[in-house]
Amino acid sequence: MNAHNNVSRRALLTGGLASGFLLAFHLPLRAAPNEPVQPEDKTDGKFAPNAFIRIDPEGLTTLVMPQVEMGQGIYTAVSMILAEELDADWSKVQLLHAPANEKLYGNPIFIIQATGGSTSVRAFWKPLREAGASARAMLVQAAAAQWGVDPASCTTSKGAVTHKASGRTLAYGALAAAASSQTPPKDVPLKDPKDFVYIGQPFKRLDTPDKVNGRAVYGIDAIVPDMKFATLAQCPVFGGKIGKVDDRAAKKIPGVRQIVVLDDLVAVVGDHMWAAKKGLDALDIEWNEGPNAKINSKAIWDDLRAASAKDGVVAKSTGDIAKGLASGERIEASFELPFLAHATMEPLNATVHCKPDSCEIWTGTQIMARVQSEAAKAAGLPVEKVTVNQHLLGGGFGRKLEPDMVVTAVRIAKKVDGPVKVVWTREEDIQHDVYRPVYRDTIAATLSNGKIASWKYKITGAAIIARWLPPAFQKGIDIDAVDSATDVPYEIPNFHVEYVRAEPPAIPTGFWRGVGPNNNVFAVECFVDELARKAGKDPVEFRRGMLANQPRFLSVLNLAAEKANWGQPLPARVGRGVCLQPSFGSFIATVVEAEVDEQGEVNLRRATSVVDTGIAVNPDTIVAQVEGGLIFGLTAALYGEITIDKGRVQQSNFNDYRMLRINQTPKIEVHVVKSGEAPGGIGETGTTAGPPALRNAIYAATGVALRRLPIDRKLLAAGKKA
Amino acid sequence: MHMATVLTINGETKSFDAPPDMPLLWVLRDVLGMTGTKFGCGIAQCGACTVHVDGKAVRSCVLSVSAVANRAITTIEAVGNTPSGAKVQKAWLDAEVVQCGYCQSGQIMAAAALLAATPNPDDSDIDAAMAGNICRCGTYVRIREAIKHAANGQS
Repeated sequence: MNAHNNVSRRALLTGGLASGFLLAFHLPLRAAPNEPVQPEDKTDGKFAPNAFIRIDPEGLTTLVMPQVEMGQGIYTAVSMILAEELDADWSKVQLLHAPANEKLYGNPIFIIQATGGSTSVRAFWKPLREAGASARAMLVQAAAAQWGVDPASCTTSKGAVTHKASGRTLAYGALAAAASSQTPPKDVPLKDPKDFVYIGQPFKRLDTPDKVNGRAVYGIDAIVPDMKFATLAQCPVFGGKIGKVDDRAAKKIPGVRQIVVLDDLVAVVGDHMWAAKKGLDALDIEWNEGPNAKINSKAIWDDLRAASAKDGVVAKSTGDIAKGLASGERIEASFELPFLAHATMEPLNATVHCKPDSCEIWTGTQIMARVQSEAAKAAGLPVEKVTVNQHLLGGGFGRKLEPDMVVTAVRIAKKVDGPVKVVWTREEDIQHDVYRPVYRDTIAATLSNGKIASWKYKITGAAIIARWLPPAFQKGIDIDAVDSATDVPYEIPNFHVEYVRAEPPAIPTGFWRGVGPNNNVFAVECFVDELARKAGKDPVEFRRGMLANQPRFLSVLNLAAEKANWGQPLPARVGRGVCLQPSFGSFIATVVEAEVDEQGEVNLRRATSVVDTGIAVNPDTIVAQVEGGLIFGLTAALYGEITIDKGRVQQSNFNDYRMLRINQTPKIEVHVVKSGEAPGGIGETGTTAGPPALRNAIYAATGVALRRLPIDRKLLAAGKKA
Repeated sequence: MHMATVLTINGETKSFDAPPDMPLLWVLRDVLGMTGTKFGCGIAQCGACTVHVDGKAVRSCVLSVSAVANRAITTIEAVGNTPSGAKVQKAWLDAEVVQCGYCQSGQIMAAAALLAATPNPDDSDIDAAMAGNICRCGTYVRIREAIKHAANGQS
């Protein structure tokens, strides 16, 4: 291990509860430039009863974070859950990024060590509570043994054990050594939620104070002594290779040190990113574009539409769909979603030091252990010779569920003497993403007595799960691609869902914030609005009629309608649209209000979400995630599309891959419903809610039933009708 | 070899070797190790690299070092020493604006410059000053709220 791992600094920062007391809190701060630190996870002399908790003799309580912090506030939520059952002293909590270790820190839902799919709290709710409760029980046993009393007669609070009858108290630090020799209890009891003191309170986030003063260290900020800087170009055509590289001009650029030419990419290494970038621009590269140079968006869509005409694999079928569809007027529609890039604000990067017998990596990733194993393969080393230093992520959104940026950096670093920081330009980031796949969904339905009587839904698109988590890909069904399709909120007697796997040629596809439900909630909620109109019913009223046995859905729908002034008059060309979704274990209703101007431009006026996510661990974080998720989804609905021509991506940066900005942001209200149910997921819910609610608002405002995203302004100009 | 360049950053004189066309962003990050200022797009479209030059918010990714000699440069690391910067940082935490935080150095620099010039900005002032800063986490609602909070002098 390198010496820098022993450098750590304790920062006293103001934060904590609303009352605002001093909080001792570590993130991997830097003591000085050139000293990136991951505080060490040494257990010597500490009470370390499990993978998540360390208590030292001074009572400093180190919590190890099994899920990564990419903005979603999970470091605070995980800490609150552990601290709750541990009865920790919140002022003595410090955090540590978990190291790569699938066995200790694997996500119980995915098995692998991954953060995604809005699973963190759902997956770790029970294990973290048990870890906290078990550690607490061992501390109590240690105190009780010392006092010669029954453990059941002891209580705990704020990092101390108390025996009330004798008036004795011992702090956890003082018990650390003795607790280490206690046996962890079996079937430890967990708190009754009514006794929670931390969970459910609005805690200030632990990671944000350093994010307002420039001290937070993201992967791209890692500084390793004597490192060089590199940037790269991969073949603009997917799968293309390097032909010839003329580097004579690049070598003359001041600060350029080395040109690394691999079979599929070229990197320029320099004294700083500017030299590397100028060097890259000065290269004359001849690419062997290969067979993919003929691929374009039109062909991809033609193929997808042809695939979607086939029968799929049945994912769910109840009632009699053939009979159902044969009795009554058959109503049909198809919905299409484009490729999307992730565009995390922190461009892709990894800093790597490859030596003959080891490889050390500094980056921010959603898949610690997979990055370690893939890097080991690229470096030609056993996995235990690869160290991954985790950092804060400047956005993830699924992009960092892939290891390619690290693998690429390792391949470059193998050719470089000393450490090298590889940073992708934004253009490279947009043009070599692992894209949200294109989808085409078709739905056929019949109505009876103002309700949906039969529903045949077919999803056609890439099977990301088949590549990313092969054991979960069973019987030809991608569980992600049909997520939120098989469990729609509505009671429908004849209900049938099919999936057709269709992989776009050469374009890499992967998870994107909102994953499968992004596609399915869009198609379902758009089509339900069309059916409401066909039934001559108000969209909210129509949905209510099919929710008799769904009290949680009904309650959020009713509250959302009330909060959004559903039914109140609006000016011409202004509409409200609703979306009700079952995704990620949460129950959410959203109303978007939008105006469509005479030219077809859409102005967002207001968004209202009502969220029942079960027990809300840190309620303000839930509000923030839904607010931000709505913006993320609305951005995609208004602008998001990656197109392909001649085998390459046509967009390159924020000028042509647009983002919603503050001047276009509507008022957003998020209401969190009190609930005692187990927690649901939240990070992606706003993203899935925004687009269908907006589309339905446009439908209400103009009568135009859009069936593709991003929205096509040409179809919305005044005078156009569906 | 290039000439030594001298800049005044956060009140300190910094001397270093850099080509005159090198953007200030890379001097800060890669030469001086001041990584609070972020790279986002390289073409002045996202605002992540925003710093102050003589108190005005500028995009350091397209500002060459030769253009800022003899000017006072302030970065996120020291903006808290200015009254508007300190107010903005506090408001950002009070309103819990931050999510991933990567864009927030730039957001805070833009907001601090806005408040220094326009102590009581209305919505259109906020739109004009902040529309150049992209936040992919979508914290815009809270950014607006925090700027108003900071302007009300609740520091």
